[in-house]
Amino acid sequence: MVYILRRLIQSALILLGVSFITFVLLYVLPADPVRQIAGRAATAETVENIRQQLGLDQPLFVQYGRYLAALAQGDLGRSYLQKTEVAELILSRLPATLQLMAAGIFAELVLGLSMGIAAALMRGRIGDQLLMMTSFVTVSAPQFVVSLLLLYVFAVKLGWFPIGGYGTLAHLVLPAITLGILGSGWYSRMMRSSMIEVLRADYIRTARAKGLGRARVVFRHALPNAILPVIAMIGIDIGIFMGGIVVVESVFGWPGIGQLAWQAIQRVDIPIIMGVTLVSAFAIVLGNLLADLVAPLIDPRIRLR
Amino acid sequence: MKTWLASTALALTLSTSLALPALAQEYTPDPNAKAGGTITITYKDDVATLDPAIGYDWQNWSMIKSLFDGLMDYVPGTTTLRPGLAESYEISEDGLTYTFKLRAGVKFHNGREMTAEDVKYSLDRVTNPETQSPGAGFFGSIAGFESAGPGGLSGVEVVDPLTVKITLSRPDATFLHVMALNFASVVPKEAVDAAAGDFGKQPVGTGAFKLAEWTLGQRLVFEKNADYWREGVPYLDGVVFEVGQEPVVALLRLQNGEVDVPGDGIPPAKFVEVMGDPAQAARVVVGGQLHTGYITLNVTTPPFDKVEVRKAVNMAINKERITQIINGRAVPATQPLPPTMPGYTQGYAGYAYDVDGAKALLAEAGLADGFETDLYVMNTDPNPRIAQAIQQDLAAIGITANIQSLAQANVIEAGGAGTAPMVWSGGMAWIADFPDPSNFYGPILGCAGAGDGGWNWSKFCDEGLDAMAVQADSLSDPTKAEERLKLWSDVYTGVMEQAPWVPVFNEERYTMKSERMGGDDALYVDPVSIPVNYDYVYVK
Repeated sequence: MVYILRRLIQSALILLGVSFITFVLLYVLPADPVRQIAGRAATAETVENIRQQLGLDQPLFVQYGRYLAALAQGDLGRSYLQKTEVAELILSRLPATLQLMAAGIFAELVLGLSMGIAAALMRGRIGDQLLMMTSFVTVSAPQFVVSLLLLYVFAVKLGWFPIGGYGTLAHLVLPAITLGILGSGWYSRMMRSSMIEVLRADYIRTARAKGLGRARVVFRHALPNAILPVIAMIGIDIGIFMGGIVVVESVFGWPGIGQLAWQAIQRVDIPIIMGVTLVSAFAIVLGNLLADLVAPLIDPRIRLR
Repeated sequence: MKTWLASTALALTLSTSLALPALAQEYTPDPNAKAGGTITITYKDDVATLDPAIGYDWQNWSMIKSLFDGLMDYVPGTTTLRPGLAESYEISEDGLTYTFKLRAGVKFHNGREMTAEDVKYSLDRVTNPETQSPGAGFFGSIAGFESAGPGGLSGVEVVDPLTVKITLSRPDATFLHVMALNFASVVPKEAVDAAAGDFGKQPVGTGAFKLAEWTLGQRLVFEKNADYWREGVPYLDGVVFEVGQEPVVALLRLQNGEVDVPGDGIPPAKFVEVMGDPAQAARVVVGGQLHTGYITLNVTTPPFDKVEVRKAVNMAINKERITQIINGRAVPATQPLPPTMPGYTQGYAGYAYDVDGAKALLAEAGLADGFETDLYVMNTDPNPRIAQAIQQDLAAIGITANIQSLAQANVIEAGGAGTAPMVWSGGMAWIADFPDPSNFYGPILGCAGAGDGGWNWSKFCDEGLDAMAVQADSLSDPTKAEERLKLWSDVYTGVMEQAPWVPVFNEERYTMKSERMGGDDALYVDPVSIPVNYDYVYVK
């Protein structure tokens, strides 16, 4: 309990740190949001007027203090250019991103775990080497290229899936696989080594000695034990995915917060950039926290301190 | 007092670029046009806002045009003014008073009738600093603009429910164009108030379409306004805008018959492929655009303070080769104005490509050995490639240009602050707000834009030329339109003599459409509605 409390406080401090660093970085950015709002025909007077209205003429710490004060009341501010509440913009897009992330995690587990198990069973043989080489490729393949390739082959040429967009399960398949491919490389390697370790364990030898079939030994006895440490990694994945969704959402026209962030960055719409950064940081911190809390449940040798 | 009676003929004389006969003034409806059908347009970015006082990008510009109307408008597919919500107007002899007579019975999408009070409210709103409109500056000639605030504009007066009188503080020949800008659209106060700061997401206007649905980040649906005050239009039942679509994906979907017009155009990487396929090329409409791509030379930064150096740079740039980099989607430029703009100087040669001549000029300036400088450029394709071509051209006359490839906002910042010796304008280039030569001067070549943060990145300021510009814009008497255009032509040739810019090319527009789209080609390269004029296109 004390541990959880301490971790929560730590998490809050991390979020505060993230908000401060992001705020400072956006403050020192050599691009003036006021000029983006005021337009190219604006007079110097108009520009100053808008700067005052938005409080951007104040010193950094005053601005940051105001931001935190509003944040404490759950107010993320209004978009400079769209004038809409940032919280509304993020909330309207969050479900799409969460859906994509869940599907992405599912895809990476299915792909990664099956590759890892197969490789472990074929250990040292050509199949193993081929699978591990594939994992190298999937880890290093640029997501932009992978997504366009998948779109071209499976949507345009074969017509199995819609060409981008959002709405049905069919829309979800290709972006989820694109996201999953990156992580599947890591998972296949983790799963392979975990599986090999378990297969060497005494209880597996016992199971085999009892005369159980190969499939039963692998899936009933080895897999549940080998999979646990791998599952514990999912929480950490959220951070990695946050980077990937910006690209994947853009290519597939997926209306999530990655797309929102990308457009806001191009328009120097600071309240949106701050909002999305904070929400992402929150998701990552939460993911890590969950991963740590779940770990001892899976493996009793781990103690929380 | 003599007044000119408003008529479409007056509008015609104001805009002489298209020498249409007076009868062609009113738009002739397409005899083949059919009513019905819904089309799909795609965009990469979500729409920022549909508030006509705020929206100021090429994506929402044409959308807002279809939702709202102003007192003035353009004949579809042209740069010719025609009355919009105003039925007629009178201009006083001194050019300082405009009296607009409104059309009766025009209804907002909420069913209420539009009146002169709405016109006043809308102009008060756009000029009120609290609205933070990026277009407020366009209304600078209306009396009382300087003290505009919550109290409104003193120069806008409601005479009766269907008459508005606007008094100017100085004659302004561009004023009718200003009244045709989206910023001058008429909006109903009750809808703005009800939206509580979010009118951009809940727009209510008098336009040909009304907003039926907006799912953030996914799609917007425009639905035909059955009560539209213009007879017979729009033809379409609706327009669906799907946002978040990569241009490459949009093209694939168009080839698959799912999309009618990719709003972001043909992606550069696919351009050769599309134009090389006769079936696809047949569905591409090409037209001029009120655009100029240019290099600014900061006249306050040595050695660009020497006119010889600026002329030498003008002569060193091989514009033909640069247009090849963008697959010939442009024509080489000789002057700041694009060829389709009234006031363009026909036959003006500018500075021809002449490497030896450029070297000689540099030597004259005492820089025979060249010098080193920075060229700022926006970091999206094809701009860095164009910057490399410029770099090579400059190297040929001994100038070493280091390329600073940055995000758009950072280049604008460096240009405005005057820290950039050279800027390639690509990606941020000037596309006219309205089809009048004055629009290419004030903010980007005049003294007004040369201050810190202004868009005049060459920081060029010639008071003589500024005075000529003011004189030209005070000629609001339509019978002096020719004289006015001549003055503007002189202003721009005067600018070129001092060479603060290298005008490089004028981009052409390439709009791709699906097989089933009908309507005059001009509607697909409409100078004021990009990519298409939604009110007049139809489904075959």
